[in-house]
Amino acid sequence: MEISLTLNGKTVKAQIAPDTLLLDFLRQQGCLSVKRGCETANCGLCTVFLDEHPVLSCGVLAARAAGHQVRTLEGLQSEAEEFVGFIADQGAEQCGFCNPGFVMNTIALLRENPDPTDDEIRAFLSGNLCRCSGYEGQLRGIRAYLDWKKKGGADRGE
Amino acid sequence: MLSIGQYVRAQSLEEAYTLCQKKSSVVLGGILWLKMQNRTVGTAIDLCDLGLEGIEETEEEFRIGAMTSLRALETHPGLNAYTGGAMARCLGSIVGVQFRNLATIGGSLYGRFGFSDPLTLLMALGAKVELYHRGVLELEEFAALPFERDILVRVILPKTTKGAVYRSQRNTATDFPVLTFAAARRPEGLVCALGARPGKARLFRDEEGILAGGITPESAETFGRWLADQAALGHDLRAGEEYRRRICRVLARRGLLELAKEE
Repeated sequence: MEISLTLNGKTVKAQIAPDTLLLDFLRQQGCLSVKRGCETANCGLCTVFLDEHPVLSCGVLAARAAGHQVRTLEGLQSEAEEFVGFIADQGAEQCGFCNPGFVMNTIALLRENPDPTDDEIRAFLSGNLCRCSGYEGQLRGIRAYLDWKKKGGADRGE
Repeated sequence: MLSIGQYVRAQSLEEAYTLCQKKSSVVLGGILWLKMQNRTVGTAIDLCDLGLEGIEETEEEFRIGAMTSLRALETHPGLNAYTGGAMARCLGSIVGVQFRNLATIGGSLYGRFGFSDPLTLLMALGAKVELYHRGVLELEEFAALPFERDILVRVILPKTTKGAVYRSQRNTATDFPVLTFAAARRPEGLVCALGARPGKARLFRDEEGILAGGITPESAETFGRWLADQAALGHDLRAGEEYRRRICRVLARRGLLELAKEE
């Protein structure tokens, strides 16, 4: 079957099998930030935006995404780059495999709630699993980023 | 692995209903549970073009389309005001935000899964389901029915309860629940639902009048013990029967005392 969707702002048309998952479709389109992790819709590694809502691309049929807007980290570089340095400063990415999913969902969190508490950050990111860090590094990184923004965002304070 | 022969976006409920009569057909909800199965589906029927996504609130009720995501329910101000935050509490522990943006209320209820958090709460709240062929029936009645090839169109939540609570026990955050408990004050009296027994949720009423004199620490404790004795609890990979029985007492007691505070 043929589908057409908007991927990172560009119209993409492709022939797919009816059971193609959005995860596989996106990787075929070169969006390699979308990682295959658990494949049980539990780990958050394959997070993308579907009509600006964060979803697990391993849990969406590509056919259902037809006619919709899909964004991956490749299409959100400018929005992401402001705070990923803070994640790196905390050594929070370690192996880095979960990082794209974490970054995508953090963008979703900050769009919905620009000034979250630590508990709100933990709750929103609870669907992103990391097997290296214990999550404290990511939390410190996001908190440092938010504090930096509150102070005007001029000095990284490194 | 899920294998699908044909994908169809139904253009009417009648089309979806006709297509789903074939044994090899499946109506798609969020597909999160479906994709975990090793299954070959002839026709996958998608309801996403039928306008079944959204929550309508009137003076008398909430009307929740079957394709509404669990996240939309979790963050709906009207639903949370009506349930005293029980709706958000019920849904907020299900995997993660990205999962709940996909999982639909129709899929969660139609499957009548034992682990379903929303089945437990909505049953206690006296929700009804509207099926395309069978019509409107109480969720409690629907949950007891054998599986039929019908289409769940919407959930109707009458505004008849005064106060609700939801509690669950999980071995780890975001996991399936080991036990779920919900209670609501209905016009006919206090009603509670127990789910993840590990079977599907069931309703219980205060048949012995334990709470007739009001909810106190003593009556809540007694009711919790009575409930744990009444409920058919079982064993699975997550918990044993005796563990569930003990947890049942605690969830019921804590839930009832929380409900008493809301008065």
